[in-house]
Amino acid sequence: MILSEQKPLEEIQAYLEKDKSVFILGCNGCAQSSGSGGPKQVAEMKDKLTAAGKIVTGTKVIDFLCSKALVKSGLRGRVDQVAAADSVLVLTCGIGIQAVAASINKIVYPGCNTVNMGGTRGEWEGSERCNECGQCLLFHTGGVCPITACTKSLVSGACGGANKGKCEISKDRDCGWELIYNRLKAKGQLNRLADMIKPLDHKKIMPRPEMMSTPLYALENIAKPPAPPAPPAKPANTVKEVKA
Amino acid sequence: MSLQSAIESGKFAISCEFGPLKGTETHEIKENIEVLKGKVDAANVTDQQSSVMRLSGLVTAALCVQGGLEPIFQMTCRDRNRIALQSDLLGAWVMGIKNVLALTGDLPALGDHPQAKGVFDLDSVTLLSAITRLNEGFDMSGNALTGKPSFFAGAVVKVESNTEASEELQIAKMQKKIAAGAKFFQTQAVYDPVSFEKFMKRVEKFNVPVMVGIIPLKNAGFAKFMNANVAGIRVPDDQIQKIAAAAKEDREKVGLEMAAVLIKKMKPMCQGVHIMAIGWEKKVPQIMAMAGL
Ligand code: SF4
Ligand code: SF4
Repeated sequence: MILSEQKPLEEIQAYLEKDKSVFILGCNGCAQSSGSGGPKQVAEMKDKLTAAGKIVTGTKVIDFLCSKALVKSGLRGRVDQVAAADSVLVLTCGIGIQAVAASINKIVYPGCNTVNMGGTRGEWEGSERCNECGQCLLFHTGGVCPITACTKSLVSGACGGANKGKCEISKDRDCGWELIYNRLKAKGQLNRLADMIKPLDHKKIMPRPEMMSTPLYALENIAKPPAPPAPPAKPANTVKEVKA
Repeated sequence: MSLQSAIESGKFAISCEFGPLKGTETHEIKENIEVLKGKVDAANVTDQQSSVMRLSGLVTAALCVQGGLEPIFQMTCRDRNRIALQSDLLGAWVMGIKNVLALTGDLPALGDHPQAKGVFDLDSVTLLSAITRLNEGFDMSGNALTGKPSFFAGAVVKVESNTEASEELQIAKMQKKIAAGAKFFQTQAVYDPVSFEKFMKRVEKFNVPVMVGIIPLKNAGFAKFMNANVAGIRVPDDQIQKIAAAAKEDREKVGLEMAAVLIKKMKPMCQGVHIMAIGWEKKVPQIMAMAGL
């Protein structure tokens, strides 16, 4: 589940300032659950923009805007409405907006902000989060992720900011390190608190560049043909010549 | 006598702290230096305390060196990644700054630029390891330095915790800080000598000097505010009542005296005192005199 929320109307109107007409797209997936871009919000947005003097050439709510194939097939019957609009306003998460922008030859505006849920892929009911740091530390922390449970992603233990078990950022947020402590205690693993953990390797937190062009990263990346054989290595003397 | 020799010789070490102002006006810093030099062993220079943007602590600490007051350069991990931290440390040494206090730092969201990115590339423990490595002549990646520092590094610890987890995490982290190279500790402000004694009994075996933190009370509202909002501070009710009962014109004197009494009571339990006067920096010598230091 990716949580999104609608941008303030003034911000959306500012995007549309120079446009006379707009097509509105919503999503039946997470945006509907988020209450930011389902059928109801799309209809409301149509009314608001019409009231503001814009021509809404059409609207459509598609299942899963994050899938470019579904974006294209879903818009097949609306080609004229989309073509007639100066721009397309998309009410969904950042992935859906990017997928729409990549799928149609139109100016696309974001109608929502995607809210940071601290690592969301593959989760639904649980509070557990993973930021895909590429160096999982759960061994040291009783299975509670220090990267996502601690506001500062501290690896060496709690900062001094916790008060009554809550993080210094808000009384509504548990201190992640206190959760780690309580978990380690419950599992008889308090000795882990002495583990000296190296600073995070931020290079590992970035997606690996060499992976980004493969189907592992995105199914739309078809496997590349094998690279041609490397040219034979130059004899050593040519290297010297270059240096000279 | 430098802070390091004061601590190592077993003298009761005295530090205080002040923060640079927001802006380029350095008059106040220079006044503080004049009042405090020759009185305290060293003065902490805070690093954008409470995530409020101010004049650079590095520059302020360098001004202290020039003015003859030994600084303790507070360094948080909030605003700089490991490259900038190491670079500023080398710069600090070149400017004659010998003491560093390694802190994680508050979240930017608590300060006056809440939109800022909190860096936290390192934390207090890994920063101490980096300082130790620089002292050995290498950076964090193992590259050799041309000319190396010899910092005297310290860290902080909370005495009062209001959950078991928080207390145990403080002690566990204190041990890690020592393992990473902390040579002295300053504590968050303490108002209850009984809990301080308990704390010292627990950490005695670590054999690292502890300087007890003191914040003189200004009025009852200030005490209540700290109780409600500052992690690790607990002002007992009787002290709040005492400051509340003082007549307005006597309040300052009463607050300073109460601080002096706390110092006298806790002096035998620890190796030094760290006075955080919060606006009363120029009264530190008065508190010291009242405490018989
Ligand atoms: S430590 Fe890293 S890999 Fe493990 S759960 Fe946390 S973010 Fe994910
Ligand atoms: S209070 Fe706890 S969760 Fe918040 S930053 Fe500090 S250690 Fe992390």
